[in-house]
Amino acid sequence: MTVPARVVVLEGTLFDGPCDFIVARGAEGELGILPRHAPLITTLKPGPLMLRSQRQERFLFIDGGFLEVLPDRVTVLATGGEPAEAIDIAQAEQARRAAEERLAQGDLTDDQRAQQTLALERATMRLQAAELHRRGQRG
Amino acid sequence: MATLRDIRRRIRSVRDTQQITRAMQMVAAAKMRRAQARVQEARPYADGMRAVLATVSARVKEYRHPFLTAPERGDPVLLLVTTDRGLCGALNVNVIRAAHQHMRERYGSRYAVIAVGRKGREFAGRFGLPVLDAITGLPDRPTFAAVQPAAARAMGAFLDGRASSVTLAYAHYRNILRQVPQVVPLLPMVPPEASGPGPSGDYIYEPDAQSVLDRLLPRWVETEVYRAVLENQASEQAAKMVAMRAATNNANDLIRELTLTANKVRQASITRELMEIVGGAEALKAGRS
Repeated sequence: MTVPARVVVLEGTLFDGPCDFIVARGAEGELGILPRHAPLITTLKPGPLMLRSQRQERFLFIDGGFLEVLPDRVTVLATGGEPAEAIDIAQAEQARRAAEERLAQGDLTDDQRAQQTLALERATMRLQAAELHRRGQRG
Repeated sequence: MATLRDIRRRIRSVRDTQQITRAMQMVAAAKMRRAQARVQEARPYADGMRAVLATVSARVKEYRHPFLTAPERGDPVLLLVTTDRGLCGALNVNVIRAAHQHMRERYGSRYAVIAVGRKGREFAGRFGLPVLDAITGLPDRPTFAAVQPAAARAMGAFLDGRASSVTLAYAHYRNILRQVPQVVPLLPMVPPEASGPGPSGDYIYEPDAQSVLDRLLPRWVETEVYRAVLENQASEQAAKMVAMRAATNNANDLIRELTLTANKVRQASITRELMEIVGGAEALKAGRS
């Protein structure tokens, strides 16, 4: 049993197809969506998004957004995002280190601190999505 | 009377110009197709956004987000989307005229401008309107991040009471020959109505409906601004294509006229030379006999 799922960003559509299981990083923690899930609207945090169809797991990185579950479809409105295989790991790694260093310096205003914390979260989550994808490819 | 050589030189120069306008026409046609595709690509997101917003705002009637109520202080603000460059016919003039008229009728001639595009900024400068922010030099493929500051500035001004309202103006792309100026209120927001009776009562909200709405509303404003920019770019390329096609055709007419004149001048000089030769021969003949 599947539910039609669609992942869209402002610049286009990242995924469109039937899924039998979806895992996203919601405001209140990870959430898994199976077909016939109750109607739901939630905000998403930056993180990996997993879409499974016919035992094949596909990973995307989602830079925050919204998830809407309706009886007949699931829609992810992502602020930004990319397929896990398109993630530039070296660049994400570098972004993570840069954010960590800035945070370690400690002479930041509250705004700057929040900004760097967000940058760190993004980079970490991007790497996590890439890692999940890599593991999926192997096993 | 111009000499034959002058006329030929003009024909060559018109032909060179024509080559440029024809090239610009083709470039604009290619860019227009891509810009149109981007307008299409943004549609699913905007539609999804509108649907979610409709369901959520129908649900949380009692909660008044600051975006939904007009502040008592501040100036009206016009978020004016125009092109950076000219050579696109009356496109900018039409948008600016429609926007200015709308603002004057509704708020009087005192209002501030947030300009996306050089032409809008120049207009504000000429009319002595304060410019809160100006974004120019957007690439042909603008990312959302490049446009976002304009929306952020508009929302910021609205929240801190400097703006009493924000109106968005841009050229809506209807088809190649028609780009319609659009002037729409952006803030305070009027949430879209649900298109049908949704299962809004049974929704689960995480963390809760109010927090979802808090995140949705700014995002919706940003989406609208981004879409206006995309529409305007498609319109720009269409208008440019049409303007350049007209220029190419005009050059053709000009070349035809100049060629005609050149031929007449050439014919006249041949006739004159013949007359001289014949006249000279007659004179010689007369002298001999």
